[in-house]
Amino acid sequence: MEFVTQHPVLVVSLIKIAVLLFIVMTALAYLTWFERKVVARIQSRWGPYYVGAHGLLQPLADGVKFLFKEDYTPPESDKFAYVLAPFLALSLALTAIALIPFGPPNVRLLGQSIFIVSNLDIGLLFLFAITSIGVYGVALAGWSSNSKYPLMGGIRSSAQMISYEVSLTISVVGVLLIAGTLNFNELIEGQRGYYLHFIPRWHVIPQIVGFLCYITAAIAETNRIPFDLPEAETELVAGFHTEYSSFKFAMFFMAEYANMITVSCLATILFFGGWLSPFPDSWTWQLYLPGAGLVLLSVYTAYDTVANLRGIARIQFAVVTLLALGIGVLCLIPAVMPVIQGPFWFTTKIILFLFFYVWTRGTLPRFRYDQLMSFGWKFLLPLSIANLVVTSFVLILPLLRHG
Amino acid sequence: MSVVPISYYLVLSAVLFGLGAVAVVFKRNIITIFMAIELMLNAVNLAFVAFARAHGQLDGLVYVFFVIVVAAAEATVGLAIVITIMHNRQTLNVERVNLLKF
Amino acid sequence: MSIPFLLFFACAFISVLGAVLLIFAREPIHSALSLVLVMMSLAVLYLLLGAEFIAAVQIIVYAGAIMVLFVFVIMLLNAGFEERTDWSKIAKVVGLPFSFFLLLAIAHMLSRSDIGTVVANGAGAPSNDAVSTRALSAALFQQYLFPFEATSILILIAILGAWILGRKE
Repeated sequence: MEFVTQHPVLVVSLIKIAVLLFIVMTALAYLTWFERKVVARIQSRWGPYYVGAHGLLQPLADGVKFLFKEDYTPPESDKFAYVLAPFLALSLALTAIALIPFGPPNVRLLGQSIFIVSNLDIGLLFLFAITSIGVYGVALAGWSSNSKYPLMGGIRSSAQMISYEVSLTISVVGVLLIAGTLNFNELIEGQRGYYLHFIPRWHVIPQIVGFLCYITAAIAETNRIPFDLPEAETELVAGFHTEYSSFKFAMFFMAEYANMITVSCLATILFFGGWLSPFPDSWTWQLYLPGAGLVLLSVYTAYDTVANLRGIARIQFAVVTLLALGIGVLCLIPAVMPVIQGPFWFTTKIILFLFFYVWTRGTLPRFRYDQLMSFGWKFLLPLSIANLVVTSFVLILPLLRHG
Repeated sequence: MSVVPISYYLVLSAVLFGLGAVAVVFKRNIITIFMAIELMLNAVNLAFVAFARAHGQLDGLVYVFFVIVVAAAEATVGLAIVITIMHNRQTLNVERVNLLKF
Repeated sequence: MSIPFLLFFACAFISVLGAVLLIFAREPIHSALSLVLVMMSLAVLYLLLGAEFIAAVQIIVYAGAIMVLFVFVIMLLNAGFEERTDWSKIAKVVGLPFSFFLLLAIAHMLSRSDIGTVVANGAGAPSNDAVSTRALSAALFQQYLFPFEATSILILIAILGAWILGRKE
């Protein structure tokens, strides 16, 4: 126990890393389930339904399938780069999540805040640095497969990523001008307060153009539909990960979804107030929201268990009901209620963003490659720069007037 | 003062610079020579940052910023030239690109 | 052996290893990757020296854009592999020991002198904190505004030059 009290930073950091890694990997797996369900409902079908109740064990089945496939390395490929590429992609995608604050810094255990893994002064810049290096994963994957289609897919994909990266970073500078800091915590703290007592002072309201540029560039950066020509199934076979099988392919897959989560986290922190609640603090009924929401969810799943499901699915869904009920009751304990507010709002906003991602995936057609590149350079980049110029002009106007 | 003496950083900078110079002299692929030049620029950047720390001024950091920017511009034009050479001479071996006019 | 010392020696070792790999790699793509390794370890060294903004700029611009450009050109030109011919005898017998001795002499002189601790006339005292981005940008936009604008024009010229060189005639 003396070890724990003498090295609080190390112990709490290890706990945070372990918990965060577990939560992120589970979230990645269930993000695939979420996407398949939502896209299926958009396309008037059910999606995964049979593997576990309502398809909830589908990610597990997929993971097992990936592990048992044959691990094939194409001959005459550059072995070092072939193995390095998926590792690079996944490790960078997971590193980016370590910078995100999930809740207020004043909730502490042994003197260390439990919701923030690292609090860099240049947090935002470091996140962009990690995104820049992520291009190597794609480029090396395309190159090392020693085959025409992956090479073309890899070059197109990485060219797309570096093009939209410029617009991504410039569309964020407007927010930085307003906030005056690169630190994530201070960015969120700067969004406290309300216009007219009930509209939250989030950066999306003054920076709506910046937000739209950001979300477009982010969808292009993570290679999602409508910008996913380099990896679409009907196009270049499967783009840069054609020659990858089993676990290495799963790593690319996970890296793409982890990038999606990172970009959604960044959007909530920069534009939608992070872990701040949209309701004023004086409305104390909002403390009951997480618990009440989960209890209502468990009521719905209980009804579904009794009325619609049969057999083993019924037992599985009954377990889900009990789990939801348990966590809901846990959130209603008065000691836990204020603590859970920050992560609850953050998670809700991220889920809304991910729903938006999946919604555009199910709805929009994809761009052709030349349309994609000209959109990025000829429309999005000038729009971001115009946003920056107008923002800086508006901010400097009071100073000019007063001399 | 940083915990590690500044002269350690300067020695490392000298070593990297020397290795870059060796690569520029001995390698035959134009692109590799180019990369060795970038290595030398990085070594110089390290020396700049070390001195900026030693004197407590941030002028050294501003110089590093400009060196990085100018290296970007130089890499752009240099690689465009390399691509043109590849188009015209079909070789990247620097010993075979020794005639001014084809 | 405190953590900064350990970190310095680890990063110094990795950067020298990357530079040596750059010299001895058979394929240009491996040289490019080892150069990226050098740049990342240099970024960690910049963080150790308290220059956090420069470390981030190094990764974003140098390792994340310039080296990606190099990798693209190597991939597009399919830049073969280095022909391996032996170095001349003179280089091996005289050159390598001589350069090693020269390096030792420089290192000895550098560590014996007080080149790192001399406070030149007018210079500030050595500080211990990290340099804040705010202070660096204040210097960049007030004192060094003209070089800043000049380098932006330089980048514009470079873009034009690359476009002209890349056009199909």
